[in-house]
Amino acid sequence: MAKSQGAALDRKKLMADPIMVTTIVLLITFLTLFILYPLAILLVDSFVGDGSFGFSIFKRIFAMPSFTRAITNTLKVGFVVGILSALIGLLFAYVEVYVRMNRFVGGLFKVVSMLPVVSPPFVLSLSMIMLFGKAGIITRFLLHIYDNSVYGYWGIVIVQTLTFFPVCYMMLKGLLKNIDPSLEEAARDMGAGRWKVFADVTLPLLLPGLGNAFLVTFIESIADFANPMIIGGSYDTLATTIYLQITGAYDKAGAAAMAVVLLCITLAMFAVQKYYLEAKTAATLTGKASRGRMLIEDNSVKVPLTIFCALVAAFVILMYICVPIGALFPTWGYKFFPLTGKWFQQVFTRYRGFQAFRDSFVLSFISAPITALLSMIISYLVVKRKFKAKGFIEAVSMLAMAVPGTVLGVGYIRGFSGGLFHSGILQGIYGTGLILVIVFVVRSLPTGTRSGISALRQIDKSIEESAYDMGADSFKVFMTVTLPLIKDSFLSGLVTAFVRSITAISAIILLVTPQYLLITVQINEFAEKGSYSLACAFATILILITYGAVLLMNLFIKHFGTSKQIKED
Amino acid sequence: MEKMKKGVRLEHISKIYQDPKTGKDFYAVRDTSLDIEPGSFVTLLGPSGCGKTTTLRMIAGFESPDEGEIYLGDEPINELTPNKRDTAMVFQSYALLPHYNVFDNVAYGLKLRKIPKDEIRERVMKILDLVELTGMEGRMTNQLSGGQQQRVALARALVIEPSVLLFDEPLSNLDAKLRVSMRTEIRRIQQEVGITAIYVTHDQSEAMALSDKIIIMNKGVVAQMGTPQEIYYHPVNEFVADFIGEANFLKGKMTGKDAGHAVLDIEGNALPVEDNGKMEAGGEYTLVLRPEAASLADEGGLPCEVVLSCFMGSYQNYHVKVGDTLVKLEEHNPKNKHIYAVGDHCSLVFDPRSVHVL
Repeated sequence: MAKSQGAALDRKKLMADPIMVTTIVLLITFLTLFILYPLAILLVDSFVGDGSFGFSIFKRIFAMPSFTRAITNTLKVGFVVGILSALIGLLFAYVEVYVRMNRFVGGLFKVVSMLPVVSPPFVLSLSMIMLFGKAGIITRFLLHIYDNSVYGYWGIVIVQTLTFFPVCYMMLKGLLKNIDPSLEEAARDMGAGRWKVFADVTLPLLLPGLGNAFLVTFIESIADFANPMIIGGSYDTLATTIYLQITGAYDKAGAAAMAVVLLCITLAMFAVQKYYLEAKTAATLTGKASRGRMLIEDNSVKVPLTIFCALVAAFVILMYICVPIGALFPTWGYKFFPLTGKWFQQVFTRYRGFQAFRDSFVLSFISAPITALLSMIISYLVVKRKFKAKGFIEAVSMLAMAVPGTVLGVGYIRGFSGGLFHSGILQGIYGTGLILVIVFVVRSLPTGTRSGISALRQIDKSIEESAYDMGADSFKVFMTVTLPLIKDSFLSGLVTAFVRSITAISAIILLVTPQYLLITVQINEFAEKGSYSLACAFATILILITYGAVLLMNLFIKHFGTSKQIKED
Repeated sequence: MEKMKKGVRLEHISKIYQDPKTGKDFYAVRDTSLDIEPGSFVTLLGPSGCGKTTTLRMIAGFESPDEGEIYLGDEPINELTPNKRDTAMVFQSYALLPHYNVFDNVAYGLKLRKIPKDEIRERVMKILDLVELTGMEGRMTNQLSGGQQQRVALARALVIEPSVLLFDEPLSNLDAKLRVSMRTEIRRIQQEVGITAIYVTHDQSEAMALSDKIIIMNKGVVAQMGTPQEIYYHPVNEFVADFIGEANFLKGKMTGKDAGHAVLDIEGNALPVEDNGKMEAGGEYTLVLRPEAASLADEGGLPCEVVLSCFMGSYQNYHVKVGDTLVKLEEHNPKNKHIYAVGDHCSLVFDPRSVHVL
């Protein structure tokens, strides 16, 4: 059987559509140049970086005790954080879906699920130090412990767990809601107690999803740069080791090889997560619950679970509140009153705060619409069109999800500081705002693409086909049909991209040049120096900006959205 | 419509798909040639997976044929994209644009053709009148019933005055009553406009009621093409006979000829049937007997035993056994007839002219 004619015709039809062809070509170029190429150059560098092809660089870095220690450290932290986050997330999800909660606790839950979205990823490290460090309010003033150290393994584990468990909570909540209550009722009906039902029915159904949540957190933890940087102390993880290898030891080839190692770890986990667990999760939990669930009223279950979750939630919220308050105390840990605005003032007067906010804001503001539009175009191509390079586009944009920021940062340094393949071509973009914008776009692209794909999958394919059939070309179809139908997803993608960009640090810290001041980099710098009040002042303003953006988006969707409230649960 | 009516011609069209489970290629449509006359209403009928929708989508341009060429009128259209083809499709799920109201949905194709505003308005209103939706133009599509949405879809396809109208199971989402009234409606409009229409369905009564010609497809190939009467009375094989209407199959051997009739031996009974000209003595033949074409009598036909006797209102439903063959029949208007009970031995009688020999 020869499919050649059909394929040739499909190609011809595609070619008859110049806008579509141009878009695809540009997309492929962009993805190759800014995702594949930097990773490829890392590989090249780590094998031939010292002149001859071979494993010599790998041998060298594996001979460094600091590097092998960093690997064990990273895996140890990631593993524990993954497990803790998945468990706490499960508890929260279970309580929300199964237990009748009062309004107040429900509110706490909502805040907890919101906070990680709007805050920079390393805020909790700051508050951890301020609450439990040497000058911590809780350790020093309430408990009179003067030499408590939060730096190191446990500091990272606690902070990362509290940062990442809300993600698990949201993931598992969605899965639990899809379990048909009749299954559990049937087990109850046959005489199983509540614990038995959980262990025999709910948990097995949820197991792949739980594994999925664990791995997602594991990857996040491994890729996390800022928390280990601030609270890790001498406890180095791979991300911080790579950073120090570049900024401290100026060993770019070594850093490239380390980045390859880190990338291999995350890629392997990502592969398991994406192709094994995600499919399994979908297989065990499909469809919707047929009707509402009888919520647990039994106090022996309800009270302890609710109290535990409420305490965790309150603690997390307390940690976030710590940041703005910390910025108001005259001297953290020693002098609390009268509250002062001097740190905020200093941010703007002495530390060029205005420029930092302007730079961060402008760069994020430029990259957000690009990211949003790009991810919608990719989703459209992936879901609605068929052409040869589709698999490539989908794979590469998803691949970016598995690439830790630090790895990408090193890749960009190696890939662009001397131009393409060190030839000088495109060298001009290195050190400019453009490359920062590109990094922002690449870093936010996977999230946007994923939400765009799931939004588009819900739209009947024949709606676009009908427009096409009526005489619209691809561009017209996209502009008059696709985009209006996924307006909500586009808007939220826009804001997510903005928030992610303005709070990003891991890749950017390696690439930013003195002419650009970025808020996150400033916060990191002040936290490093121990000027926590200033770091807090910067962070507070940052949180306000991101929170404002999210509020604005919700308001916008409420008034102009296409599918008002349909997407809720 | 002043435009020249155009026919559609498919020449040796094939489409190959990959089975997602086994990874093997298979023919969704195989070496299919069709000639659809201008202005006619043709139905592609067949069970699911027979290739009818694929054929339709190839005509619309959503799929590209792996072999063969498609012509619209005399123009080969293989290389044209759907938006450049002079066809318009009515989709199973209506596929109305949910963010537009009725007027804008219908006007969409005209706006793309850059037609002046006044003319758009005039043409949209005229078409809405034709599909009896006048006054609804300001409604959003989700405020319409299924039948109304389907009318909008039809109006939207008609308004751009395509050469060919394509229907992809447009009524399958409607309830039974509405389906019947909508199909009369579709036929009326098609006749009024005089447009060429190709209609895909798996519902044989829809095909019967609508079509000038029915094309029965099975496993990617055309099993038979003909008028509804030809297909019903002269099916070419058991598949067609069974798919359209109900059919009983009686196997028999031709023993000889008798006064222009062929004599078949069926379960040991000699039965005269009309000679279709191709029959030879000694050959094995299958007799197609429609349930409404036979009745029961005390004697004079094939001896049989009643195994089911069930009153259905307008008819009495019997299952009888002729030898080992089960025959279903419907005795219409049973009020004044003798009703046989299960276990009765009687006789299956029918007019030799009303059976068809395969």
